[in-house]
Amino acid sequence: MSLRRPAKNQPDSFEFNALSLEAANSIIAKYPKGKQQSAVMALLYIAQRQNNNWIPLAAMKYIAKFLDMPYIKVYEVATFYTMYNLSPVGKYLVQVCTTTPCMIRGANQLVEACKEKISENECELSNDKSCSWMEVECLGACVNAPMMQINDDYYEDLDKQKTLDILDKILNGETPKPGSYRGRLNNEPENNRKTLMDLKNA
Amino acid sequence: MLKLKVNEIEVEVEEGLTVLQACEKAGVEIPRFCYHEKLSIAGNCRMCLVEMEKSPKPIASCAMPAAEGMNIKTNTALVEKARKGVMEFLLANHPLDCPVCDQGGECDLQDQSMYYGVDKSRFKENKRAVPEKHMGPLIKTQMTRCIHCTRCVRFATEVAGVPELGAIGRGEDMQITTYLEQSMQSELSANVVDLCPVGALTSKPYVFEARPWELKKTETIDVMDAIGSNVRVDTYDWEVKRVLPIINEDINEEWISDKTRYACDGLLHQRLDTPFIKYNGKFEKASWDEVYKIIKSKFENTSKEKICGFIGDLNNMETGYIFKEFFDRTVDTKNYDSRSDNRFINTSKRENYLFNSSINGIEEADLILLVGSNPRYEATILNARIRKSYLNNNTKIISLNNVGDLTYPYQSLDGQTQTLNNILEGNHEISKEIINSKKPIIIIGESLLRLKSSEFLFNKTKEFLLKNNKISDEWNSLNILSTDASTVGSIDLGIINNENNLFSDLKEHKFDIVYLVGQDNLEFHKKDEFIIYQGSHGDKGAESADIILPGAAYTEQDGYFTNLEGKIQKAYKASYPPGEAKEDWQIINELAEFMNNRKLFNDKDELESSMFNYLKLQKEKKLNDQNNPVKEFQNEYLKVKVKDYYFSNVIARSSKTMVECNNSKLNLKSTGTEG
Repeated sequence: MSLRRPAKNQPDSFEFNALSLEAANSIIAKYPKGKQQSAVMALLYIAQRQNNNWIPLAAMKYIAKFLDMPYIKVYEVATFYTMYNLSPVGKYLVQVCTTTPCMIRGANQLVEACKEKISENECELSNDKSCSWMEVECLGACVNAPMMQINDDYYEDLDKQKTLDILDKILNGETPKPGSYRGRLNNEPENNRKTLMDLKNA
Repeated sequence: MLKLKVNEIEVEVEEGLTVLQACEKAGVEIPRFCYHEKLSIAGNCRMCLVEMEKSPKPIASCAMPAAEGMNIKTNTALVEKARKGVMEFLLANHPLDCPVCDQGGECDLQDQSMYYGVDKSRFKENKRAVPEKHMGPLIKTQMTRCIHCTRCVRFATEVAGVPELGAIGRGEDMQITTYLEQSMQSELSANVVDLCPVGALTSKPYVFEARPWELKKTETIDVMDAIGSNVRVDTYDWEVKRVLPIINEDINEEWISDKTRYACDGLLHQRLDTPFIKYNGKFEKASWDEVYKIIKSKFENTSKEKICGFIGDLNNMETGYIFKEFFDRTVDTKNYDSRSDNRFINTSKRENYLFNSSINGIEEADLILLVGSNPRYEATILNARIRKSYLNNNTKIISLNNVGDLTYPYQSLDGQTQTLNNILEGNHEISKEIINSKKPIIIIGESLLRLKSSEFLFNKTKEFLLKNNKISDEWNSLNILSTDASTVGSIDLGIINNENNLFSDLKEHKFDIVYLVGQDNLEFHKKDEFIIYQGSHGDKGAESADIILPGAAYTEQDGYFTNLEGKIQKAYKASYPPGEAKEDWQIINELAEFMNNRKLFNDKDELESSMFNYLKLQKEKKLNDQNNPVKEFQNEYLKVKVKDYYFSNVIARSSKTMVECNNSKLNLKSTGTEG
């Protein structure tokens, strides 16, 4: 990890659309009057969602004005948290978990698949600029390791081939079905086992 | 009061203080980097760790509130080990470049590593390197040395009121940087250099100039504005190398403005170091005897009504007093003044030209009305106090004009004097607010006093405040914001002429001899006048002169100054006048001797005691207030005219650094953070 820099090519302006504006106002309403600055993290996230998964500088300025706080304070927050993307990540952002449980279950194969299908390095756009991937820390789905997150959806119980299939689909503009790829419902036990009672050395 | 023990010493502290402050009260020094008395508490350097009974871990004393019955230990093995650990982390990424670092010799990190540093490093990785940041012409950055104490960030946000500095990124990659596209837009910016405990932010004009132990340090008074900030002037031989603030809680706290700090290189340039005489439009060097002889014959051949004198904005009171004595006794005329224009000053009572609420009093104020002044540029330190008052008490601030960014929000009115008149007559909503507030402050700037109806408005203001009991022994709401260091002192000495129309006479060329002492701000076109200029710098005054007498600057002579509150303070000699130049009082004394064969004063001591006698007599005389009958009122638009901040006096005008500052506000350079 090194200091993340904002992208070189920045849009000139940014404004919340009607949907974001409504969401932003409902969040600000949760804080006492005069403490609207507390909403900065939520607003940055709203801006990120509106703007193809990344936050341009114009959006930070807009939010600073929106919340009546110094621009540098918004910039500090945006550079501190790694989940705010400061440069374009494409329409599909693939986040591969490589923390210990996933790593043991073969997360490196997922990384290889991403390297083949999307781009050689992480945080780099694919050739058609629609997609990028990155390694992230634990996404909290260790029971279904190895896994990856594409935008808002989790894809679980993967191996290299399954990952390649999923990536093919998203690169063709389809939306693959999220969830377990070994046919599990959520994170239910495999082989219909519901308890550990009949298992020795459990 | 809370009782606690520090190293078995019992101390009592007020509620709300921290463990660190309690330790200091017990006489125990705690090492610290991020903690600073005048700034908010951050608690992020961890150097101030102490042991507290019943706490399993050491605590950060700067952030821990003192509590009843605490038992603090600061000299145990645990504390030492903890501090050594913190120091090792701080030094892990700190470069070993003390020999080429300007902070060397006055560096907190260097000093404390002598106690807590470990002599070898266990850090085997590459050290962090951070790109330079652009922070304007005053601050040199070497961000690799930064230990992330965030003092500069807190200073900029809290005291200076320009939230342009911030810490971006996290962990090892954290960087302190300015606002994304510009350098710091503050007149207090260079105070971050003093605050920086390491060599990350150092002084750009002073870069590689000297080591602190080589400099002679003189504690003196600043003359760049009427505040009278307490400063320390560091000299290397003749040269003034730098000016630093010293703490005076009643005046400048711990800060000084950029002009105070960096105009000092103007003391090295454009200096007058020998007497000059103008022959056929060209200056030629001369000896003191020659110039005195010419002045003597000129004075003898001119009737005394045709002689006038003006004293300038940077002169100390001794010079002012001997200048007055020279005209009263040697020349025998009252044609002298200390103003540069005909602005109204009521000298009948001392409170009529002082900042009566005092600088400290601003913190107690509950309403501040600015009339015709822009304190940000006219009195930067005072403006910082107004901001402090705004932050602590949410004081309401109203300005008659919109004068731009003052670093705090204020309500601005339309700038018409009619509006002010309405307020003073009680026909405005603000009148009620003033009457209802306990400690209101009305700050009258010099711009108001230059108006045609200034006398009317001033008298009206005073009347209004007296009527509503806002001028009493406890609280005086009437405040005049003088802009020059010698203004109040000169008025105290009576160097002011309200009877004759000196300024219009001067413009109509009614005088044959004009004697200027450090006065460069007069607006008149020379015709046939014989002009004698006495001063330190070759500026507007010297340019128009026929004879130049080289004088001394404020760092080169002892002298008293009265600040805008009426506090008298002594400035001390840090250096000596260059070349043939002499101290100002000496020149006038010698000239008087040359003309009358008699010195005005035998020595400086006699001058001083005579001056204080005069001041004492004046104080007793000025007890009865006189108000002339009120003149007709006419509505005017009050334009707040502020002198160009970076070029407000001869020293600043001769300073290269001030030129750079001025330029940096015009064209904005890159900051190194745009990617």
